[in-house]
Amino acid sequence: MAEAHPVGFQWVIEAKLRGAKVIHVDPRFTRTSALADIFVPIRAGTDIAFLGGIVNHILSNDLDFREYVVAYTNAATILSEGFVDTEDLDGLFSGFDPATRTYDESTWQYAEVGDDTERDETLEHPRCVFQVLKRHFARYTPEMVERVCGVGPEQLLEVAEAWVAGSGRERTTTLVYSVGWTQHSTGVQYIRTGAILQLLLGNIGRPGGGILALRGHASIQGSTDIPTLFNLLPGYLPMPHVGQHDTFDAWVGAIGHGGQKGYWGGAPAYATSLLKAWWGDAATADNDFAYGHLPRISGDHGTYRQVLNMIDGKIKGYFLLGQNPAVGSAHGKAQRLGMANLDWLVVRDLFEIESATFWRDGPEVATGEIVPEECRTEVFLLPAASHVEKEGTFTQTQRMLQWREKAVEPPGDCRSELWFTYHLGRLVRERLAGSTDPRDRPLLDLTWDYPVHGPTAEPSAEAVLREINGFEVASGRPLSASTELASDGSTAAGCWIYTGVLSGGVNQAARRTSRHDQDEVAAEWGWAWPANRRILYNRASADPQGRPWSERKAYVWWDEAEARWTGKDVPDCQVDKPPSYRPPVGATGPDALAGDDPFIMQGDGKGWLFVPSGLIDGPLPTHYEAAESPVHNPLYGQQSNPTRMVYERADNPRHPSPSEGDASVFPFVFTTSRLTEHHTAGAMSRNLGYLSELQPAMFVEVSPALARERRLDHLGWATIVTARSAIEARVLVTERLRPLRVEGRTIHQVWLPYHWGVGAALTSGDSANDLIGVSLDPNVLIQDSKVGTCDVQPGRRPTGPALLELVARYRGRAGVVQATPERIVTARPR
Amino acid sequence: MTRFPPPCDPAVEAGYPEPPARVGFFTDTSICIGCKACEVACKEWNGVPVDGLELLGMSYDNTGALGANTWRHVAFIEQRVPAGAATGQDSVRWLMSSDVCKHCTHAACLDVCPTGSLLRTELGTVVVQDDICNGCGYCIPACPYGVIDQRRSPAGDRNVGLAQKCTLCYDRIGGGLEPACATACPTDSIQFGPLDELRQRAAERVATLHAAGVTDARLYGEDPGDGVGGTGSVFLLLDEPEVYGLPPDPVCTTRDLPAMWRRAGLAAAAMVTLVAAAFLGPPR
Repeated sequence: MAEAHPVGFQWVIEAKLRGAKVIHVDPRFTRTSALADIFVPIRAGTDIAFLGGIVNHILSNDLDFREYVVAYTNAATILSEGFVDTEDLDGLFSGFDPATRTYDESTWQYAEVGDDTERDETLEHPRCVFQVLKRHFARYTPEMVERVCGVGPEQLLEVAEAWVAGSGRERTTTLVYSVGWTQHSTGVQYIRTGAILQLLLGNIGRPGGGILALRGHASIQGSTDIPTLFNLLPGYLPMPHVGQHDTFDAWVGAIGHGGQKGYWGGAPAYATSLLKAWWGDAATADNDFAYGHLPRISGDHGTYRQVLNMIDGKIKGYFLLGQNPAVGSAHGKAQRLGMANLDWLVVRDLFEIESATFWRDGPEVATGEIVPEECRTEVFLLPAASHVEKEGTFTQTQRMLQWREKAVEPPGDCRSELWFTYHLGRLVRERLAGSTDPRDRPLLDLTWDYPVHGPTAEPSAEAVLREINGFEVASGRPLSASTELASDGSTAAGCWIYTGVLSGGVNQAARRTSRHDQDEVAAEWGWAWPANRRILYNRASADPQGRPWSERKAYVWWDEAEARWTGKDVPDCQVDKPPSYRPPVGATGPDALAGDDPFIMQGDGKGWLFVPSGLIDGPLPTHYEAAESPVHNPLYGQQSNPTRMVYERADNPRHPSPSEGDASVFPFVFTTSRLTEHHTAGAMSRNLGYLSELQPAMFVEVSPALARERRLDHLGWATIVTARSAIEARVLVTERLRPLRVEGRTIHQVWLPYHWGVGAALTSGDSANDLIGVSLDPNVLIQDSKVGTCDVQPGRRPTGPALLELVARYRGRAGVVQATPERIVTARPR
Repeated sequence: MTRFPPPCDPAVEAGYPEPPARVGFFTDTSICIGCKACEVACKEWNGVPVDGLELLGMSYDNTGALGANTWRHVAFIEQRVPAGAATGQDSVRWLMSSDVCKHCTHAACLDVCPTGSLLRTELGTVVVQDDICNGCGYCIPACPYGVIDQRRSPAGDRNVGLAQKCTLCYDRIGGGLEPACATACPTDSIQFGPLDELRQRAAERVATLHAAGVTDARLYGEDPGDGVGGTGSVFLLLDEPEVYGLPPDPVCTTRDLPAMWRRAGLAAAAMVTLVAAAFLGPPR
């Protein structure tokens, strides 16, 4: 966190100065470790086993926050009889189909009694979630954690005891992760394990608790809320799928059907309002609010699928807005070869980045794989305005929108993304005007009427925010809350969770009341979705009767005299719903949740320790080895995530697992991350002298032991090789990296920053992402880029075709094989 | 060894009749996260040029040292800590510290400057006046910390040839702002303020750390009785000053000049007397 989020780390320092204990778990000793009270070195890719050991410690010693767990989680819910856990299936859950490598969720469901689920609040029923959880995590003993992670029992105990001591009625503990945690073939389950721990200790929905995801850019939260993802629409509405959601009712019914319990019951209003915002008068009740205009997806259209499609010639054009995949995305060679096989590529950035120059000076030019004179892609490089040269909002990790004024005019031809998108749309619509082709209707019917101002005809960002916030169609009055949204077409809103940012017609995101003039919740600084609520599920900050768990941690509570919820934050429940409320039979929507159900987006109102539906790779997290690992999975026959997304192609080779081939060819584990001095793929730092001079060259960190073993000299060169490529880097020998003992053998880990690429920036170097292949988490299609295996040799890499020959020799020696389903599904249940 | 008689207000010494409170820095290295925001903010505000893109291999320090093109410098020191009882394994300690001009109470750079370019401000700080400096370079060996230096690059920079160092952002303080480095520091490792207050805060912080068992914590430059009369930049260190590249017992290089001149004068007088005696003595 200190390394990648130094500004946010000031609050960790402040907590530390007030006596907080800071624990840092990381494969390498970083600037965060330097300031932590406890540093735990861990083998990269084994976090589920480590956290699982803590869950086991809590459950075996009855250290959970029992009242919270019984009332607010699904611990007491009884599962159906069909569920079989990984312990009995050698690493698989019940419902697995080896041919398709997918799960059928039907055996993961709750047992039902009539319309209701069955519960045992004594938590003793053998099929209740609590007991299932206890059995599941019993395998993560301190000895097993040591075997898997290389973390000794004393250190595991030290962390577990600190976490437990910092939780309960009087205290809360925060879990902070950075997005590297998501970049694993089991990334979603990493975070699930954290969620289980925080739920067991009562650290969700309470001040000082929670799970904080630190993002890599200023508005990554915003770019999932109003998404740049292929399978989501604004406000987490799913993109319709062809064949499954052919009608409006089928689509909306899949999100939140009429009888849905909880707040997804409002899905028809959210969906209708979105369509009204986009297609205005052309969206009517008679045409299902122009649902036919909405594009459909037909499967995986994720960024990696697209790149492979480019290589295959299936994609003609590509826009890159502030993204540098030639450096920043996994399998750099595939990224560049894909972009070299387009008709056109538009790059909008602050500098001439590697994704705009790969055809001229990328690594493939040296190897002969790209010939500049023959590269067919026409690249349009358009200069972009920086964040101080345009207005709009950022949404940060607390879901807080902060309005930003334009400080200066952008220089020359630089323009904002808003300007580019609006005028591109305007020009396309002008070109299509008068068309009678039905496929042009979605474009021609769009509400594309934003007012523009100034000499560059810059569109009004506030007008866009007004559409996002939503308004009453008849009067144009801005809406103040998502509860005002209607499903009859009388309201329009571009993103239902943002409704209220213009509450009362005021730009709430622009509020700047000083923290000295308000309490610690600081509700008048910016605006957080939903409803300016600063802590989600904060109903859990009070006990089931509505009283604060303790005076110290009082946050929202039930005021008996006023008969309403009150406190320091906007209560995350219906404010007049008493704690004693029990839903009548047949209730739907929010009314179907009891007065002590804090998790209002779930149909059962509970925090899910066990996930009966919605996850592709299992209802509980369990440790699998990374897709490329030098060791056998010590827990099961199942080596790696059996449902992970793989792309079986000759240009995406993978390393064999220890049982398939010669794992000694790629004996070392590598991981990558960021340096404080640089920003992601480097566009905004490697082009600036003041930052480049602070970290002027690509390097690799190795332990003194590995340096001895491989004759690596400090500040000399090393070549790092995988089945995809070989890169060179200067060597930093440091005590901050040290080998771990795992399964009785020494595992060397090396570390690489991923900021460098070959191009025209002030500092140029080989790219760590060139080492990584494409294998993805099946739930979210995020690449497995934080753990890999490699070889490290002294000296510089060969250049030209000799580089390809070196990598080919390695592939031959390792016995690189295609990942057939039989090779991926290695479990052998008895 | 002679010591300066404490206390001493350098602004008063310099002739300001009623100067405002002396200001300075307190750099608490125990909460420095090595982000180098101070280095960048300093360069941005003061227009200090890029100093070369060289990988130095000194942990994460690619700046190297203070100089004409580096007015803030973050040192990174990696130490192996012998096995503790808890883990039975050696561990690592990573010290980070942002160094800067000390703005000494008795500043030798200022004493030796023949043009008066180096100036004691009313705030007690020491600044170079670019338009007066003649580039003689006398100040460079005079500084006991190796802070000040002559700018040699980049070609074309208007201050090439001139002595350059931290001004404690004299031009910001006058406008009601804090120095750029202190403003940018995310953890408040660099604090700016009246020196008396900072010294007190430093003493309290070191006491807190001692009570928490961090017995290596110590202050540097806070003693008005030391060889430079105490510094305007006070540091809290977690190890010996030498570990951070700081001189353990800095002495104002002009401190002994009067005595030296006296002795040299005496010697010269004795020599003159002897020579005179040789010529003027009674003839043999």
